[in-house]
Amino acid sequence: MTTTVNPAENDSAEAPVYPMERASKCPFDPPPVQQAMLDQDSPLAKIRLFDDSTHWLVTRYADQRTLLSDDRLSVDISKPGYPHESVQSKDAAEGGTLSFATIDDPEHARLRRMVTAPFTIKRIEAMRPAVQRITDELIDDLLAGPKPADLVDAFALPLPSLVISELLGVPYDRHEFFQDHSKTFISRTSTDEERMGAVTELATYLGGLIVEKMKDPGDDLLSQIAHERVAAGELSVPEAIQMAVLLLIAGHETTANMIALSTVALLENPDQLQALRETDDPKAVSAAVEELLRYLTIAHNGRRQVALEDIEHDGAIIRAGEGVIMASDSANRDPRVFADPDKLDLSRDARQHMAFGFGVHQCLGQPLARMELQVVFSTLFKRIPTLRLAVASDELPFKYDGIVYGVHKLPVTW
Amino acid sequence: MKVTIDQDKCVASGQCVTAALDVFDQRDEDGIVVLLDANPPAHLADDVRQAAAVCPALAIIIEE
Repeated sequence: MTTTVNPAENDSAEAPVYPMERASKCPFDPPPVQQAMLDQDSPLAKIRLFDDSTHWLVTRYADQRTLLSDDRLSVDISKPGYPHESVQSKDAAEGGTLSFATIDDPEHARLRRMVTAPFTIKRIEAMRPAVQRITDELIDDLLAGPKPADLVDAFALPLPSLVISELLGVPYDRHEFFQDHSKTFISRTSTDEERMGAVTELATYLGGLIVEKMKDPGDDLLSQIAHERVAAGELSVPEAIQMAVLLLIAGHETTANMIALSTVALLENPDQLQALRETDDPKAVSAAVEELLRYLTIAHNGRRQVALEDIEHDGAIIRAGEGVIMASDSANRDPRVFADPDKLDLSRDARQHMAFGFGVHQCLGQPLARMELQVVFSTLFKRIPTLRLAVASDELPFKYDGIVYGVHKLPVTW
Repeated sequence: MKVTIDQDKCVASGQCVTAALDVFDQRDEDGIVVLLDANPPAHLADDVRQAAAVCPALAIIIEE
């Protein structure tokens, strides 16, 4: 029998609103109020969401690792008490659009395993020359164009879109169509109607492509899904389309933001950038990418779950039906795990970071993301050694309220 | 050092392969872990510990 209580239980009116605000002039650091929670006694802090609901925030690395491995916490967005990000995500949950990212095992594992084959380390390594070619071609175009240029528009956004087209098996002459519509879908200036229109166009196109690939398969993800899963009756065509759209969306804006934001962080840390620019050691590049992932943690709105039953954790209790948010950005700045955590140090061993999450829902595309970032950051500053910001860094439009953190625009010159 | 793996828990993140290429591999059809060496030599011990530490599904068990 336990007598533990949640210390924040009686003062929910005081609970800070989450996501919290970053400090001005510290665009790379997690919000100070959230960081202070790393040092409180309880592993749980009460926070308030947009709809005034209160939930638990977990900031420390070790607590997150334990709780993200606990199957009494559910990622099912349709469960009552789930801590939604926005009205839109709440509505989507009620509309019943669940993907394997938002359902629990064993169904999650069954669906996830249908799409893991293209993400093996071997298959990803085999894509490296194609990613290098895409990177070099985009840099050729950038250098041939006017300056200053927006690195987001000219490089960071098209790169992952072209890579995913390659992975899915979208024919080359349809890459532009594919890129235009995925850009409309993720643009903050698109209306809801434009967004729906873009995703419908993409889904219709992918549906047709899946049917084509059932007849005439190639060596790509859509062929594999069409041939092995749809033809075998394990997946319907709409389910296969939904999976392809999920992979596209999950892998596009995230990688694009990492490319752009990492570029800013490197330009603001010239000694670190110099070391990266001068190395030809793939291990050093790989370590640099892990450190950038840790330091920037662009998925800055937390990993969200809801308790299926009462969970006692380190003297605190999470009640069944209560929401729990794991602040990955704070875990990645936890001094118990990372010495001098607020310093960008490309030579540190950051491999245990939480930037891709932890537990069975950890990012499926991480081997691809890592490889893309390794190619980009072993190429960009070597090909354009004088690359620099074309505006003052405090004029950059950071995506403070974005689901994924980054910059809306990155004016650069060289 | 003795290594065991749990293929049912594995989520095919591939991080064990990146950490210790001589000890872990992945099935071609779904990326699930394959153990190449259940008794890795001492010079690979640190890499294997790293592999277990970064496995998001806690699917690698080490007996020292």
